[in-house]
Amino acid sequence: MEYLPNILFGILLVIGIGYFSRNVKKLRRNIFLGRDADLSDNKPQRWKNMARIALGQSQMVVRPIAGIMHIIVYIGFVIINIEVLEIIIDGLLGTHRIFAFMGGFYDFLIASFEILALLVIVAVVVFWLRRNALKLARFVKPEMKGWPKSDANWILYIELILMGLFLTMNAADYQLQQMGVAHYEEAGMFPVSQFILPVFEGMSASSVILIERIAWWLHIAGILFFLNYLYYSKHLHILLAFPNTYFGNLKPKGEFANNEAVTKEVKLMMDPNADPFAAPAEDTAPPEKFGASDVQDLKWVQLLSAYTCTECGRCTSECPANQTGKKLSPRKIMMDTRDRLEEVGKNIDKNKGEFVDDGKQLLDDYISREELWACTSCNACVEACPVSIDPLSIIMNMRQYLVMEQSAAPAELNAMMGNIENNGAPWPFNQMDRLNWAEEAG
Amino acid sequence: MNVPTMASLFAEGKQPEILFWVGCAGSFDDRAKKITKAFVKLLNKAGVSFAVLGTEESCSGDPAKRAGNEFLFQMQAVTNIEVMNGYGIKKVVTACPHCFNTLKNEYPGLGGNYDVVHHTQFLKQLVEEGKIGLKGGTYKGKRITYHDPCYLGRANDVYEAPRELIRKLDAELVEMKSCRQRGLCCGAGGAQMFKEAEKGDKEVNIERTEQAMETQPEIIAAACPFCNTMMTDGVKNKEKEASIAVMDIAELMSEAEDL
Repeated sequence: MEYLPNILFGILLVIGIGYFSRNVKKLRRNIFLGRDADLSDNKPQRWKNMARIALGQSQMVVRPIAGIMHIIVYIGFVIINIEVLEIIIDGLLGTHRIFAFMGGFYDFLIASFEILALLVIVAVVVFWLRRNALKLARFVKPEMKGWPKSDANWILYIELILMGLFLTMNAADYQLQQMGVAHYEEAGMFPVSQFILPVFEGMSASSVILIERIAWWLHIAGILFFLNYLYYSKHLHILLAFPNTYFGNLKPKGEFANNEAVTKEVKLMMDPNADPFAAPAEDTAPPEKFGASDVQDLKWVQLLSAYTCTECGRCTSECPANQTGKKLSPRKIMMDTRDRLEEVGKNIDKNKGEFVDDGKQLLDDYISREELWACTSCNACVEACPVSIDPLSIIMNMRQYLVMEQSAAPAELNAMMGNIENNGAPWPFNQMDRLNWAEEAG
Repeated sequence: MNVPTMASLFAEGKQPEILFWVGCAGSFDDRAKKITKAFVKLLNKAGVSFAVLGTEESCSGDPAKRAGNEFLFQMQAVTNIEVMNGYGIKKVVTACPHCFNTLKNEYPGLGGNYDVVHHTQFLKQLVEEGKIGLKGGTYKGKRITYHDPCYLGRANDVYEAPRELIRKLDAELVEMKSCRQRGLCCGAGGAQMFKEAEKGDKEVNIERTEQAMETQPEIIAAACPFCNTMMTDGVKNKEKEASIAVMDIAELMSEAEDL
């Protein structure tokens, strides 16, 4: 019986981490439903970008208030993991504050956790107010209803509870240390939770132990719950921001990849020796679809980005189309891609590893043509993203599908393209008049 | 105006230092033609050895590509590359950020490798080399706000060259609330120039013009023929064309030099 808590803790840990790993596997499989993209180049630059953007939060501080608050919560999260490590060792071995041997350094650690916990609580309250009381424009867009809205609040509530439990646990511990209860030897420094001590006045040691244990268990159970909540939440960015910034675009933003499937066709057309009537060889693969109409047509890095998106809406608030009331929201493009990808993943799970056509696709069922055609390709959304997501690349891939597979461009664009084809200019002018300006006065 | 073509120089057995890529807007659009001419005047004044392709130039393919017609884009690109490689072109200067971006970034993958510079970068270099003086106080104390073209700024990180030129003109450069990395599009990119905008509350160029007007400028400077058109329309829409001029950097300089 003596080891019962340790065994229970071990089981909780295995279940928590096991279920999370199962979802990570699913995540990986879904991401690699996308097309190949070779992003193994220029590793030093990629590591640098990851260090600067994900670890260093360089893009977050473009908006200083949200940026600084975010950095507090982020540092709080990173540092608290040291505490979690101690909790796990204590839980498994039945020890108490196993790192306490570090003495003064340990005091410093615990004190800094407490101060960060307090700052995180402040930041979380400010975040909550921005979302729910101030209703900042980017948080109340049409795509931010239902789950996206409640998800955002849930994250804040969970963080608040976790920090509250952490401070309660420390306060009870400190009280027990002062009461000289066995097992609770003096360790740590409690600059914040010491103010909770009056609550325990008059309580028996066993009651305080009960409170300490409850807070301890709920804290670690909460952390395991949060870990598993990630997969279902936009909060997944705390993990995926790292690979996503690593695999982010290294080229100039204006450089749109040249579609290689098209290059093959163009080369064939321009080759004077090609036989226009040649039948394709029996074993040739069917020609690749031009552009994207569903998630499987996108590259895996675009799908990774869809899971990475935090729905912060910085892209949308910088988007000129969105600012002038058009239907396009780059954030919605990413959310739609993720929702459709999840749907495809569930379909595969249900059908024993095979995707069975469900009569739906990303185009039209999720993203409308009106949204796609409203984009000015200005890269404001790409610039604004704090985690190197490129919504524009998805918009362009889908336009390619509309134009090259469906011939479904707006009529005016068809006219423009006809002009380029016939006159070498988007306007109906004769190519032979191209130098007329040189003869004109002025 | 002295505007040699590649074909004529080739016939004389000469090779210019740079190709001036004029672009469709610069060739055909009445407003943009003025920018083209201003730039040629500056090139002539600085004694730069240049030529244009003239009737051998064709659309770079940018609007086709942004509209999703990758096929048409690549056909255009491959044809243009064949012409340029035929003349052994090494360096290209253009006043259109869309041509600049496409030639610089998207042509190399299709066999066209050139040193491509935007005319503001090239003009800055000419000023630094002392080939263009920029004396005279035409713009002394005038408030000029600069609109960042997306395909020059965000797309290719060229933010300072045009600004430095404006400062060198002795003008007061005033920044809009959205500038540089966070500059607002004029509304023409991504082939929007050639179609009606989707339904919304406002046109993008009006929003941008309002931002520009908040700085109370006498001149809105642009560095893209499409931005120029969009901002000019915006100023007309606000009935401010009498007090606010929309001008390309090349035009500002050519006027300062009284060319």
